[in-house]
Amino acid sequence: MKMTGAQIICESLIKEGVEVIFGILGGVILPLYDTLPQYPQLRHILVRHEQGAAHAAEGYARATGKVGVCFATSGPGATNLVTGIADACLDSVPIVAITGQVIKPLIGKDAFQEIDITGITLPITKHNYLSLDTAGLGETIKEAFFLARTGRPGPVLIDLPKDVQLNQADFSYPEKLKLPGYKPTLKGHPSQIKKAAKLISEANQPVILAGRGVIISGAYKELKCLAETVQIPVVTTLLGISCFPESHVLSYGWLGMHGMAYANMAVDAADLIIAIGMRFDDRATGRVSGFAPNAKVIHIDIDPAEIGKNVRVDVPIVGDVKSVLSELNKLINIKENIEWIYQLDQWRKEHPSIMIRDCDEILPQYVVRQIYEKTSGDAIIVTGVGQNQMWAAQHYFFDKPNSLITSGGLGTMGFELPASMGAKVGCPNETVWCIAGDGGFQMTIQELATIAKENIAVKIAILNNGFLGMVRQWQDLFYEKRYVATPLNCPDFVKIAEAYCIPGVTVKQKRDVGPAIEKAMNEHGPYLVNFMVEPEENVYPMVPPGASLAEVMEEPKKGVSKWQQQNTL
Amino acid sequence: MATTKHALVAMVTDKPGVLNRIASLFRRRGFNIESIAVGHSEVPQISRMTIVVDGSTTQVEQVRKQLEKVVDVIKVSDVTGEGTITRELAMIKVKATSTNRSEIMQIVDIFRANIVDVSSDSVAVEVTGDEEKVHSLYKLLRNFGIIEIARTGVIAMTRGGESSSMMEARQPKSRTKKN
Repeated sequence: MKMTGAQIICESLIKEGVEVIFGILGGVILPLYDTLPQYPQLRHILVRHEQGAAHAAEGYARATGKVGVCFATSGPGATNLVTGIADACLDSVPIVAITGQVIKPLIGKDAFQEIDITGITLPITKHNYLSLDTAGLGETIKEAFFLARTGRPGPVLIDLPKDVQLNQADFSYPEKLKLPGYKPTLKGHPSQIKKAAKLISEANQPVILAGRGVIISGAYKELKCLAETVQIPVVTTLLGISCFPESHVLSYGWLGMHGMAYANMAVDAADLIIAIGMRFDDRATGRVSGFAPNAKVIHIDIDPAEIGKNVRVDVPIVGDVKSVLSELNKLINIKENIEWIYQLDQWRKEHPSIMIRDCDEILPQYVVRQIYEKTSGDAIIVTGVGQNQMWAAQHYFFDKPNSLITSGGLGTMGFELPASMGAKVGCPNETVWCIAGDGGFQMTIQELATIAKENIAVKIAILNNGFLGMVRQWQDLFYEKRYVATPLNCPDFVKIAEAYCIPGVTVKQKRDVGPAIEKAMNEHGPYLVNFMVEPEENVYPMVPPGASLAEVMEEPKKGVSKWQQQNTL
Repeated sequence: MATTKHALVAMVTDKPGVLNRIASLFRRRGFNIESIAVGHSEVPQISRMTIVVDGSTTQVEQVRKQLEKVVDVIKVSDVTGEGTITRELAMIKVKATSTNRSEIMQIVDIFRANIVDVSSDSVAVEVTGDEEKVHSLYKLLRNFGIIEIARTGVIAMTRGGESSSMMEARQPKSRTKKN
């Protein structure tokens, strides 16, 4: 049956199970948009900036595990997607971005709104396509979705010239793919797994470092089985948070620049690191030469190129985390590392890391902890980047699998609002809290319009300290408090929300924090709470840039007499 | 010096933009390429690239793995070592006069190279061999004055009956092996 390119795209998207598309149209993607009404099963959500489309697709993909989809037009539409695509690339998020392109005869002529988006996104996509042939569109879409979600997931971009959307061709969705250069290794090598099991049985001070690969692979049970059988403490990466219940007796928080001091100390003292689905990012390892100096390293990852890239590895295992762990679990025996666990518990007692100072001002940590209490931990938390992100990761306790959505690798401020929108659209029955900073919030603030228009019930908490807080903290600690360009003149966020028909409240008193959160949650639609928090609060613990994990700095006791330990789990 | 150089043979699908993907990868990861040579392979629609990298400045294993991640790259093999034949073709245009032309011809003969063009004031020499041979000839001809030189970059192949790219050999093998 003959169809237009645009119809072929829509048919193919439906075959791939797509339900929702985030996007903005423009001249050369009009044929595709013009076809959308023929396919009411494809819900299109009009965002207000293409960066929002890409982050929303990411939020949807991160929350559901399905492929997120975004549309944009050529030129500036396409370049506006770039930040979101890069973000998805660094955090291994499956999204498919479809961009319009000028008609084929105009390509290369610097036509109006023509840009080489496949060239631009070459280093930030898993793969990309410039589709020149209408008949091949089905195959391209099928490949794109397959590449995006399998192996190590990532973003795929398809650039579609306008005439390719308009031309007609026969449509039959291909059954099989021809990708001779793409065969992700899923099963770990048995002899490597055997070596790993041997190292695990010999280790006295083992630590599991679990990353987002555990979540992507859905290996929650397998990880728990490994940890419990051999009594191995579990430390996660930032993106690995919620891959292992934080209330579990073997959970020792997360490592890195703002991770728990005891987590960093555990990694530093370990004699065996079992790294699972993580990539030894520099924010996690600290100075690499000083990373886990006494440890042998087992590294399990689906991407062979990650192994040995940053940290020397003794036993590499390439494969899908779930498959490798279930094989490994067959070879391990019950063991108790009593002394080691006792040592870690001592360190946790001496360096609690997640205590909240008792004071009259609203501390951002307190706000996060209140959100935890009021949601009972049953929510998806989406954060911005910077202090708000670190406080959210530290002071909310993540027991629910895949309940933290955050921009790790790229560290994209402005990620929070559109990503929380995508997460809520993907998981309409979950409570979704967007924890934002006043800086990042203003970078994608226009998505309030989308949230209002589509009535996406995101609860927004702004930790408003009037600064680009994390940078101010660096200026405070390393630049003698010269606050260059970090103070912000924030508008009245509640008034702005009201202008978009989103209700909200500003909270200036500590006693109003809890009630405001409850009010937000009782509201059917979206709600914004603007928390006026202590302006110069710093995030601790902190491993200074260039230092090793052992050199972790803890919160200086600035004349505070009373410390209150709250719910350290 | 020769030991730090690695020849990577990459079999890639013959699609537009593949060379760009590989060049972009090298630039992005800060890998230095000494040479790159591309041509058809024994399989239709699959090209063969020979990429020479200096192992002293670049992590060769990381290059190989990153190359294999490119969807259009089917297989990458490091074919460095004694069991490898490497060849390069160079054309060297040298200043020549009637008095020294025969001397040049003698050197060309010793290297089993060919003269492919002669004019009143120049000769163009074509030489095939490993990098060392090409370099030695170049050093000798330098005394006459080099006008220009063009080199193809190294291509490489393993000795014996196996295919360097191991395209067809790899699957049955892993199946018959136990553990």
